Amino acid sequence: MIEWLTMARWSPYIVGAGIGFLIWATFLFSDRPLGASMAYTRTAGMVESAVSPEKTASMPYYQKFSPTTDWNWFLIIGVVIGAFISALLSGTFSIMLVPPVFAEAFGLNTGLRAAFALAGGILMGLGARWAGGCTSGHGISGTLQLSVASYVAAACFFAGGIFVAGLIFGFPYM
Amino acid sequence: MQAQRVLGLIFGITFGFLLQKGGATDYGIIIGQLLLTDFTVVNIMLSAMLVGMIGVFTMKELGLVRLHVRGGSWGATVIGGLIFGAGFAILGYCPGTAAGAAGSGSLDAVVGMIGIVLGAGLFARLYPFLDRSILNSGPFPAETLPEMFGMKPGLVVVAVALVVLGTLATIAALGF
Repeated sequence: MIEWLTMARWSPYIVGAGIGFLIWATFLFSDRPLGASMAYTRTAGMVESAVSPEKTASMPYYQKFSPTTDWNWFLIIGVVIGAFISALLSGTFSIMLVPPVFAEAFGLNTGLRAAFALAGGILMGLGARWAGGCTSGHGISGTLQLSVASYVAAACFFAGGIFVAGLIFGFPYM
Repeated sequence: MQAQRVLGLIFGITFGFLLQKGGATDYGIIIGQLLLTDFTVVNIMLSAMLVGMIGVFTMKELGLVRLHVRGGSWGATVIGGLIFGAGFAILGYCPGTAAGAAGSGSLDAVVGMIGIVLGAGLFARLYPFLDRSILNSGPFPAETLPEMFGMKPGLVVVAVALVVLGTLATIAALGF
């Protein structure tokens, strides 16, 4: 058991099945699908509220999704903690600024990597809320409920991602 | 409500643990997926979807759970999805795996998470305008596949399960 917990990597099928069982539990005990992107909306709303509470309260999107620390918000806090525990147990925890694959292509350029991460994050936050979900909310939870929008969204996530990754790193298969 | 927050935290810890063990919090693995050189992410997603689908529809038959499906449109789902995809490739993490990567010590993922908050905030600002202009244009004909094909949900579950299993087997046979 301990050896299993300290393994650096589990089979993707085992991990996937585990996430599948986790989704049974979120439906059964919390009456919700598993989704990550809503937490970011709540956080944005909390920041906006701290700066200008009245204006934020009047914004239609925050009336729909009130800026509070809810289930989704604690889910994301949990993800940080869970991944930290896993990395510690695996002995793979390490502070890193520039991932090796990025460094291979662009050098060990911290500023450039930060600029990519920030710009990519902004697009991702915008797109996730625009499409009404992310890789977990649409890509896993939505497709397993046979939601038409989720299949279209997942296809667009990967179509856009594969195209732009090819533009950045070159298309290895062409 | 307080109990649900605790549950959210516990579910999140489990999710983050699994994502990290699966390698899905690794920038190289996510970019590898988008460059079609590493299929870890798709293998995880399809396995999760298969197991989740069978359980959720079984529990629904037993009256234990209800589905949470919302409709989509060309203006919302397709345009939003493509913007998300571009961000996916530029950041190299998604909203869930960025949190996991941050927990694993990747500080670029922390910058990415700040970006996602800014992007979500930007959407909230643009929402009244987008809602009037584009989000509702070209709505999809149905919310779910069974409705769209006029088939029994159970039948669609079986068909989708077979397609997912076939896809996973094909990926494995190709050596990914």
